[in-house]
Amino acid sequence: MSGGRGSTGPRLDLEKGRVEMVHGSGGRASCQLVEEIFLPAFDNPWLRKEGDQAQLDLSEGRWAMSTDSFVISPVFFPGGDIGSLAVHGTVNDLAMGGALPLYLTAGFVLEEGFPLSDLVRIARSMGAAARSCGVSVVAGDTKVVERGKGDGIYINTAGIGRIPSGVNLDPSGIRPGDALLLSGPVGDHGASVLAARENWGLATSLCSDSAPLHGLVGAMVESGPGLVCLRDPTRGGVAATLNEWARLSGLSFEIEEAGLPIRPEVKGVSELLGIDPLYLANEGRLLAVCRPEAADTLLRAMRNHPAGREAVSLGRVGRGHPNFPSGSVRMKTLMGGTRTVDWLLGDPLPRIC
Amino acid sequence: MSDLRYLESFRDPEIGRSLLASLGILARRLPRTPVRIMEFCGGHTHAFHRFGLLELLPPEIRMVHGPGCPVCVLPKGRIDAAIDLSLEKGAVLATYGDVLKVPGSHQRTLMKARARGGEIKTVVSAMEALALAETHPDREVVFFAIGFETTTPPTAAVILEAKRRGLRNFSVFANHVLTPSAMEAILSGTSLDGIIGPSHVSTVIGTRPYDFVARIHKVPLVVAGFEPLDILLALRMLLSQIAEGRSEVENEYARAVAPEGNPRSLELISRVFERAPALEWRGLGLLPQSGLAIREEFGFFDAQRRFSIEVGHVSDPGICECGDILKGVKGPRDCRIFGTICTPDTPVGACMVSAEGACAAVFHYGDREGAVS
Repeated sequence: MSGGRGSTGPRLDLEKGRVEMVHGSGGRASCQLVEEIFLPAFDNPWLRKEGDQAQLDLSEGRWAMSTDSFVISPVFFPGGDIGSLAVHGTVNDLAMGGALPLYLTAGFVLEEGFPLSDLVRIARSMGAAARSCGVSVVAGDTKVVERGKGDGIYINTAGIGRIPSGVNLDPSGIRPGDALLLSGPVGDHGASVLAARENWGLATSLCSDSAPLHGLVGAMVESGPGLVCLRDPTRGGVAATLNEWARLSGLSFEIEEAGLPIRPEVKGVSELLGIDPLYLANEGRLLAVCRPEAADTLLRAMRNHPAGREAVSLGRVGRGHPNFPSGSVRMKTLMGGTRTVDWLLGDPLPRIC
Repeated sequence: MSDLRYLESFRDPEIGRSLLASLGILARRLPRTPVRIMEFCGGHTHAFHRFGLLELLPPEIRMVHGPGCPVCVLPKGRIDAAIDLSLEKGAVLATYGDVLKVPGSHQRTLMKARARGGEIKTVVSAMEALALAETHPDREVVFFAIGFETTTPPTAAVILEAKRRGLRNFSVFANHVLTPSAMEAILSGTSLDGIIGPSHVSTVIGTRPYDFVARIHKVPLVVAGFEPLDILLALRMLLSQIAEGRSEVENEYARAVAPEGNPRSLELISRVFERAPALEWRGLGLLPQSGLAIREEFGFFDAQRRFSIEVGHVSDPGICECGDILKGVKGPRDCRIFGTICTPDTPVGACMVSAEGACAAVFHYGDREGAVS
């Protein structure tokens, strides 16, 4: 968020104004954008210095670092917006390593003509999300691209977080017999965003699950030993996460359709659009692998935390099989058959017939 | 979506188990086994695998996958023509998402054409394509329309609407095909004991157009919904017919399908379209009276006329066995390149491209090596 102090001239019209090319030029207009929109939204000692970088005092020990870019359409959706999502996304990536997220950076790519009122709304939502997660947005950058060269707004966030000593979450530790836990119903985010796409004309009561997970992870870590690894099933959904673990471990992941929590609204939207909820993105859910003897304690700890109230036991890890050299995910269907849960096939678009 | 339990009640495991048990009993009364039953529609193929039904069926039933996947039967020459419309003739092409990855000749796809600068938009409805024409008044917008009778009425409606609004920059590259023609072609080359008839197509055309299947070919046909209980019930009705030596057209999907079909949809189709003398199907070849062409009266909106599109014949690569798979002569696993050279990420043939294709379903849900689950 670097820029000279004390810009003069008329203030930005935050109600009717729009992003212009000069807002990304590095000149006075850029500075104005920072001072009138980003600083009030993210306010903290590092940003107030308005330097080219933030200087942090980090303690000894292991730190986790992650980055993620957000290009979601529509930018406002039931239960969140691109701003809160950009905070939760990176906070959750850090949390999946057991880290306590502390600092974020934010990079904005804005399209010429983007309404300043929307930018204010997004920045405020980002600030609020960061405060509620206990993280500070300590540095940032803004670029503007010509109209037609972007889709309104893209946000990149990067973050670092401290890993408490003794915490070592690593999928290479997955063993046959381990239990598989899921923190809540699947597909809320993906289904609500798809339903919110204006040209699909679906009206639903759905709400994204976008939420920070580091609090839940903290409670899980503290509940005792036996937690092996965590992952938030975002793009590609639960199916993608399980397939990644299967590939890494060469083992089979066995789940039961009957135990898979899916809200009726999500089921409805999925059926209508011909999409399997297992492939829908989640932004406030996690999957956990743990030793079988730790499963009950861990599940209780999850259910005692607001972000894991609807947690369930989803299945188990089985031995590898010669037919599946790179691991497999198999699901017992409601009807009693068994089928593979593969990676996402094609684009998540509706079937046409 | 007003009543979501509607969905759950057709997936009830208890009823599923009792239907399966009754299939087992009926199977012992069959005059000859195994019986070969074709599910015509890709939607049914998909459902069989998704709900894990195949392994639960009695061994006396052999399911054969049919050609009812609109993307799969689209010949390469038509993909090539669409790519040309976009890259050579500079039209904005609007089409359904499934079509983008279908290989034309030389493994060219609309998706690759888009990366090379072609303006190709995915739409979820025909009306969305029309809206594109209105928002791009300075461009030619072509709706690349594909599908069986299910997607034909919306295409007809959009042509009528374009005429009403007086749109000058909108046209339709129509590739609509007719289910009964494909069934006739299959029955003359493949021996079957029964057919699970299409659900969505039948909501439009009804059950009467299948009468020839039972009457002339003496093959029982039951129109079925896409839910697991629909499918199991349809199988029970088919097994009863076979056991009793009957061949009739029956309707399991009576909650959505009327014998005469949907009169308004049928009227839309016949208003705008007429039967084309012959049309090429991928795998099935040139079939007489099997496709639809836009009537002269609406010729202005016919992209084939407006852009003088010539559709050439392009053969499938020799190693690809989609032709036999679409005819039900072979199963996906009988193909030499299934799962090795031909996968959903690197599809050689059309059956692997569309999510509704038989090969894609088997690859996606099956256990790769052993029996299909």
